[in-house]
Amino acid sequence: MSFTLFEPQADARPRAIKILIAGGFGAGKTTLVGTASEIRPLRTESGRSAYGRAIDGPIGMDSKESTTVAMDFGRVTLPNNVMLYLYGTPGQRRFWFMWDGLARGAAGAIVLADTRRLPDCFGAIDYFEQRGTPFAVAVNCFDDAPRYGEARVRVALDLDPGVPIIMCDARSRDSVIQVLIAVVEHALRVNGSFV
Amino acid sequence: MNERRRRWFDDAAGPVVRPYAVTRGRTRSGGGPLDLVSIVVGGVPSAADRMWLESEHLRLLARCRRPTTVVDLASDTDLPLGVVRVLLGDLRDRGLATVRAPAPSEYARDETVLRMVLDELHSL
Repeated sequence: MSFTLFEPQADARPRAIKILIAGGFGAGKTTLVGTASEIRPLRTESGRSAYGRAIDGPIGMDSKESTTVAMDFGRVTLPNNVMLYLYGTPGQRRFWFMWDGLARGAAGAIVLADTRRLPDCFGAIDYFEQRGTPFAVAVNCFDDAPRYGEARVRVALDLDPGVPIIMCDARSRDSVIQVLIAVVEHALRVNGSFV
Repeated sequence: MNERRRRWFDDAAGPVVRPYAVTRGRTRSGGGPLDLVSIVVGGVPSAADRMWLESEHLRLLARCRRPTTVVDLASDTDLPLGVVRVLLGDLRDRGLATVRAPAPSEYARDETVLRMVLDELHSL
């Protein structure tokens, strides 16, 4: 053979888990990803909407037509070659079809809520409930937003009792790490193995 | 090139070569899509390989001598994910890279890995 293939040792193979960050526009997703992780550029394709195709697409051309969009993407490198990848999902619902590839295999998800715009979370909550992705709701406590207790947020969002709700400050690293811990604990619990 | 024309080609205008020109219009890789956290390990191309390899293939190869995820390669090269998937598919088909599907669900549901993550997060 004309080349050498490096065969990694079993230990050298990185192990990766994915956490999705969802929430309405302006809820603080970009801030949260940046606070928790080493932020990295990532571009992906956004295909045209069905509406756009109907207007200007001859049939058979649509797979070629895409524009690239930047995503919030971050990586937390943990010891033992374990990586935690954080993906911010697009705020606008019309981009959600892009998530399907991203959401596959995700360990868990964070729905970031702003108490001034709680209904913005409904779409993300429905999405994760339908897919069976374990998720936690993190209420980003903006300085000028009304404060509500966990119980009131749970009622307002119609959440199951098992879904964790955490009050957080997306600008604080300690706070965001608590949110990540809550999601991973919840994922273990949902999988039936958390004691 | 006159002044008016030159203004079209500044950084803000983006890459002059459209992303899918690199893949010759292909938007899908052969052999199924690569997961974002598939692990890629690249080899060293021979002189013969270099005849067909595009510079983007070489950039990818240079970054995956050590096991690397698909998503990190996309980020490192600043190429869109879809383009990276197609190019890695080429490298895999020519035997220049191995791609190991991580069975992400394996990790997503793997208690050992999740516990490891939890312990590390607690110690941060």
